[in-house]
Order: sequence, then structure tokens, then C-alpha cells
Amino acid sequence: MTSRPEREDDEFVVFSEPGHGVYKSVIIRDDRLIGATLLGDVGRVGFLMQAFDRGLPLPEERVRLLFDLGGPPVEVSAAELDDGAQVCNCNGVSKSTLVSAVHDGIKTVTGVMDATRAGKGCGSCKSLVAQIVEWAADGAAEEDPSATWYVPGVPMGKPELMAAIHARQLKSVSAVFDALAGGREDAKSKMGLVSLLRMMWGDEYVDERGARFINDPQMKGGCTTPAQLRRIADVADKYAVPLVKLTGGQRIDLLGVRKEDLPQVWADLDMPSGYAYGKSFRTVKTCVGSDYCRFGVGDSTTLGIAIETRFQGLESPGKMKLAVSGCPRNCAEAYVKDLGVVAIDGGRWEIYIGGAAGAHVRKGDLLATVDTPDEVVRLTGRFLQYYRENANWLERTYAFVPRIGIERIRAIILDDRDGIAAALDARMQASVDGYRDPWLEGGEPATPGQFRPALPLIPLPLVPVREP
Amino acid sequence: MTAEMTEYRIGPADELPVGEGRAYAAGDDMVAVFRLRRGGLRAVSAVCPHAGGPIADGLADAEIVVCPLHQHVYELATGCSRTGQASLRVYPVRVDDGDLVVSVPAPT
Repeated sequence: MTSRPEREDDEFVVFSEPGHGVYKSVIIRDDRLIGATLLGDVGRVGFLMQAFDRGLPLPEERVRLLFDLGGPPVEVSAAELDDGAQVCNCNGVSKSTLVSAVHDGIKTVTGVMDATRAGKGCGSCKSLVAQIVEWAADGAAEEDPSATWYVPGVPMGKPELMAAIHARQLKSVSAVFDALAGGREDAKSKMGLVSLLRMMWGDEYVDERGARFINDPQMKGGCTTPAQLRRIADVADKYAVPLVKLTGGQRIDLLGVRKEDLPQVWADLDMPSGYAYGKSFRTVKTCVGSDYCRFGVGDSTTLGIAIETRFQGLESPGKMKLAVSGCPRNCAEAYVKDLGVVAIDGGRWEIYIGGAAGAHVRKGDLLATVDTPDEVVRLTGRFLQYYRENANWLERTYAFVPRIGIERIRAIILDDRDGIAAALDARMQASVDGYRDPWLEGGEPATPGQFRPALPLIPLPLVPVREP
Repeated sequence: MTAEMTEYRIGPADELPVGEGRAYAAGDDMVAVFRLRRGGLRAVSAVCPHAGGPIADGLADAEIVVCPLHQHVYELATGCSRTGQASLRVYPVRVDDGDLVVSVPAPT
């Protein structure tokens, strides 16, 4: 951290605590924030982003830029934000819209989010939304009891809900509603319950509905073959696929396939699904590894394919995106994945968890350094199962790992402090054994008309056709 | 004053599974029809007014449907949005001789 401000008279405020991986700095010019760096503790990011975007007046005590010292700063940030300031950049919700919702009588953060859609996209503005609601309600904000529930329609936290599902052998979404929600089905709870039931019951789960759209053939580790490419090209031609796109996870997406063509497209491809959709194990990105790179110190490609083969398609509370890099140069971006593996010299492997490079950017925490690829696969399975069983619905690892704490996760996963390691391994093995490709049923719809177009007169999805 | 209604026979009722929605063309209107898990049919416009999402693909319960694109919520009985969007149109729907029949108001 040697970056210095550009000009002599720029104010430069720095806090550094390397022992705990915390570093914060801000650069101020003419009493306006022009730059900030936060590592390890990003509690002030909402305020700093707004101060930067809107040129807000800054507190005289500059330390308040880096720390919430209690009292004024949060209120100041919510209060001083322009009415027109856009708070939610996904759904375009301004401060004044949030304030109006509160003044119209909605007193809970979740209620305001539901009514305005603020925080319902990537979710990175949620803490700022909460601050504004609390400020606008002037102390009268109310706690929404459902905030601690796993899904909004069943009044239970995750451990209690899982225990009840086990005890009463509930294997379908409607069985859960009947037994635990007074028979009242709730559309907003269904996705979370399907995910949880699939995780808990595997192929014993009773599916009551199926929907799948994007066509993204599996390419484990991002590796393909000339034959596979030819087949994909033929299918893209045959069905006039509007957009063929390489993804960030090293896959080929066929975008804009008509819903009614989907079963036939999958049949013609004759490739398993690559899980471009849903809250599940997604992809393992790899670099070329030691076989073809002069820097590679481990065979990242083979290990990535092995990990993807083992854990493909598993349901989880949030997406699980993985990567394996063959050396610390990190071409596969393993440091910023839900679980990333990095080969280091001496034939060893580092495993990082809780990384992200989306709406949030976070370097993963080092879980362990191990000697063999088998050990990587074993600990990967154990951590992923711990995450699947303990994370809140839609809670990605970048939130889950800091919430539990890396020290505690290490104690549970590596040292078996809680005595659950063998059970985690066994339940993960059961999930792996129960896996089946959802597109195997593609030829015969699970329900009549499953692949009928949902909008007969408008082509969907609305992906523009790109001319070369 | 009641608007002039035109009835359309849009398809076999037994092809609409319990708990799901399907989209149909009824004259010039696109209609999403849902069969509720506890019985009963609901029909609303098939296109989300927010960004054109396919309402028939949304998750529904006894009261609401959630658009699959941006999770906007609409009441099935009234078409009213609970998330601040314009309303969906609501259509009378019934089963006649094994077919779904929706009534569409004549254009005004």
C-alpha cells in the first residue's frame, strides 16, 4: 500500500492494521472525496460511494470517513444525501422514493425494499437503504420479524426449518406450506424452498414444477473439443440462435433460444447442462496449468475438471463459482471466487473461500494449504456442504465466510472442532450420488406444455441479433 | 357500463397443470392463465408492464404472481402491482366443455 495522492496539497488519511488485514485510506481534494481504498473492513463503503458520486460535504473529523464512531455520521450520510440521489443502481430507486415509501406508512426495511425494489438487484445498496429508512422513519422504524426467516412465507430460521423438514419428512414445497405455514403457499418462498429441499433430499425431492431456459452446454474446466464446437455451431445455425457468447466462466452460451425449441436443442447438442442458471454449483474456471504454461506449478486444468465433475449441478443457497489457478499469477481469478484453488511451488495447493468479483469485490480467505489434489477435493466438498447447510437463502460466500469467521470455519472444516466433518462429507457424497442432469428429461416435459412459449407473440429473451 | 366482451376458446383445460401458468393468444391479447394449487383459474395479461417479462413463467400462489425477470409482484385477482408497477389486465376465465375460455373486452 504505497499509493500516494497525486498532488502535494491533497489530504491523505490512512489507517493500516496489517496484522488483521485491514487497510483504509481516503484522498480529499478541495474538501471533496476523490478516492478511497478499503480492505478487510468495508463498513463505510456505502457512505464513501455516495460521498464520491454526489460530492457530499465531508465531516470535519476526517477519521469519521474511515470509521463509524457512533452518533452523527450515518445519520449525516442519510440526511445529507440529495433527494434525487440514486441509491439502488440496479433498479433505479432514488432517496426520495424511499423516503416517500416510509412517509406513506411503511415502517420496515424489507417493506420499503418490497415496495420500491431498492436492494432487490445485486443487493449491494441494502445497508444504505436501511440507513435511509431508519433516518426517514425518525426512530420509528420497525423490525420485520421475517428478516430472520429463511424464506418469507415460513416463520422459521434455517436450522429450525431444516429440523422440521427432517422430522416430518417433508419432500415437496406444498408439503412444507401445508405442515409449517398453515397451508398458505407463498410464491416468494418457492425458489428458496426448492433449493433447500433439493439439497436435503437429493433425488427423493418431489418436483412440482420445472422451468429452465438458457442453453449453456457443460464444458468442464472451460475445456472443449473440435467435435463439440462443430456440434454447437451446427445447433446455433439450425435454430437461428441470435447470440453465441463466451461467458466469464469460460463457457459458450447460446442466448435467445426459443423456449419451444429447448428440448430439441438439448437433444441435438447431446451435452449435459452447464448450469448457467439457478442458485447452484456453477462453473470451475481454470488456466492452462503446468502442461502448457511455463509458469504453471500444478495441473490446474485436470483438478478443475475433477472438481466440476464431482460437484456439478448441486443446489445451494447462493451461486457457487469456483476456479483453479496453476500458479499464484492467478489467471483463473481463483482469489476472487466462492472457492478458489491456487497451485504453489512444491506441489502444494492453497484453498481460498469467500472471494467475490461481482457487485462486491473481496479476496477470499485462505482456508488451508494442502499437499494433494485429493485433499483439495475433500475439503472443497466439506466446505461447500457446510455452506449449503448454514448459509441464508441468497447469502453468497463473500457474506457467509465473514459472518461465521474464517477462524471458526477453519476449526470446523480442518480441525473438526464440532465433530461434524464426517457427517458433512457423507451428506455431500449423498448429494453427489443423487445428481442427475435436468435436461435428461428434456425430451418429455415434466408437465404438459412446459416448453410452450410463455409469450406467443413476442420473441424472448429480448437479445439483440448482432450482425458480424 | 359494461364493455362488450369477446370470448375466445384458447385450448384444452387439462393441458394447464396445477400450480402453473401458461400463455395464450386470445384475439390480439396475450393472456397468462394460472391454475391455482387449491383450485380455480386466474387470467391476467401475459406481458409484465415493467420490462416485458413472461408472466406465465412466474411463480404464483393463491394471491399473487411474481414476474421471473425482476420479481415484480401482481395480484392475480385484481392485476394490481404490489411493487409499484402499472397493473396487469384481468380477464374472466372459465372451463367450457374441456376448453379454457377467456373473455376479452372489445377495444375501446
